[in-house]
Amino acid sequence: MDTEKNPQVEARVFRASVGPHISSGESVPHIMWTVSAALLPAAGLSIYYFGLPALSVLVLSIVSAIVFEALAQKLAGAKITISDGSAILTGLLLGMNLPASVPFYLPVIGSAVAVIITKQLFGGLGYNIFNPALIGRAFLMASFPRFMTTWPLPQGSLSLARPDAVTGATPLGILKEEGYRKLLSHFASRHDMYVQLLLGHRGGAMGETGIVALLFGAAYLLYKGYITWHIPVTFIATVAVLTAVFGGDPWLAMLSGGLVLGAFFMATDYVTVPQLKRAQVAFGLGCGIITALIRLEGGYPEGVCYAILLMNCFTPLLDRAFKAKKFGEASAKA
Amino acid sequence: MAASYKKLILNGIFSENPVFRLALSLCPAVAVTTSVRNGFLMGVAVLCVMTMVNITVSILRNLINPKVRIPAYILIIATYVSITEMMMRAYSRTAYKQMGLYIQLIVVFAIIISRAELFASRNKVLPSAADGFGMGLGFLGALVLVGAVRELIGKGSIAGFHITASSPLLIMVLPTGGFFVIGLLMGLFNWIDQRYYGGRPGGGGGGHH
Repeated sequence: MDTEKNPQVEARVFRASVGPHISSGESVPHIMWTVSAALLPAAGLSIYYFGLPALSVLVLSIVSAIVFEALAQKLAGAKITISDGSAILTGLLLGMNLPASVPFYLPVIGSAVAVIITKQLFGGLGYNIFNPALIGRAFLMASFPRFMTTWPLPQGSLSLARPDAVTGATPLGILKEEGYRKLLSHFASRHDMYVQLLLGHRGGAMGETGIVALLFGAAYLLYKGYITWHIPVTFIATVAVLTAVFGGDPWLAMLSGGLVLGAFFMATDYVTVPQLKRAQVAFGLGCGIITALIRLEGGYPEGVCYAILLMNCFTPLLDRAFKAKKFGEASAKA
Repeated sequence: MAASYKKLILNGIFSENPVFRLALSLCPAVAVTTSVRNGFLMGVAVLCVMTMVNITVSILRNLINPKVRIPAYILIIATYVSITEMMMRAYSRTAYKQMGLYIQLIVVFAIIISRAELFASRNKVLPSAADGFGMGLGFLGALVLVGAVRELIGKGSIAGFHITASSPLLIMVLPTGGFFVIGLLMGLFNWIDQRYYGGRPGGGGGGHH
């Protein structure tokens, strides 16, 4: 595992390999920084919509994630690896999962839970079972339900945005409490609703709004090959299909809530999802089913966070269940 | 001789603390410890049952046929649990209403039957009483400690006295918080043990009731 500290192991690995090798130049820090950068357009858009509070929440969660990572590693006597970018990404994702209006201590507590309890106590980067940012969010959701479900209204305006667009509650919240017809009445037309949702002119967590910007970042990650289509596409498609089957609006289901953020940026975290492609499809399917179940039948309006966390539990099982068959292997009975 | 009784009692409180070191009976440790008071009442109930069970099993240890020892232990435990439950119902109605189910569940607490099997069935009456008393005290202490942390952080009060106006971290009185607190305290116990007493990493025996 720890080749850095043991040069002998590293040397042995090199000697055992055959043929010329080209280093791809990829590394954990490089990937972490790239994913963070891919989130920047969405973060920028949320700052544009929600103003300085959004900026302060993002900065607080990122800074505290870095501080807690360094602190936990120092206390554990481990090497301090804050420059690998993983704490920054965790902080950024946590911030994107919060409403812009939360008081200053929420991002700090969330980062502490995400970095110290979810990540470092399990052994640090690569050993955590659950997505740290999502555990942070779930912790805050259970502890401060009032702050976590008060959604500020977007303040900035794009040309297409209407001032009387959905206010106060998230579209999914309105859907759950008052029904589809009521939700539709907030918009000029069904088409207008889709456009508004895509542009993010609505209440919600910072990263839930501005789907255009999220898709832009996701497209870049797909192009670079840092994420593959398997989980996000299965995830989103499953939610859309199940919603349609049970009489909902599949387009609304895809464009509302944290689905796009969760599917592209959190259900693709290398550490907590399966690595085999077939297992990833099963993972996405499971996420989609749980999300749809929570949205359609559950008490909460949104279920992406819990769906991903629940499927995180199944990751080792999925990786084992879908393990590729080795050819030429003698069966135990023969 | 007196020193060894002291050692037996301290053993249950520290080096073999049922909750933090043996990781036994975690279910009630999570379920009832939303406040100091609940943790204390549960702990006292377990302390009484454990001491009496250990004494009884030790007295009867040569009469019980080994083939039927587990049913015999269960009968003995159930007897004392019934007595405890009736006492509680008679003298502390509100506490009984809150924890009635968990009091009945003491019958299946792994820590009680494991001490009967591992200690009382092989030792004389007085050491068995000391072991049961020590283990019970360890359990009581653990539940009060977990209850105190959860009540303080979750409700902002200690033993019913309010310190903050609102609840600082609501999650701590939810079951999730119980797991958080027990896990962290278990880590703290192990850390103290390793650092100051040279103990091996413990805990993690697998939680039964």
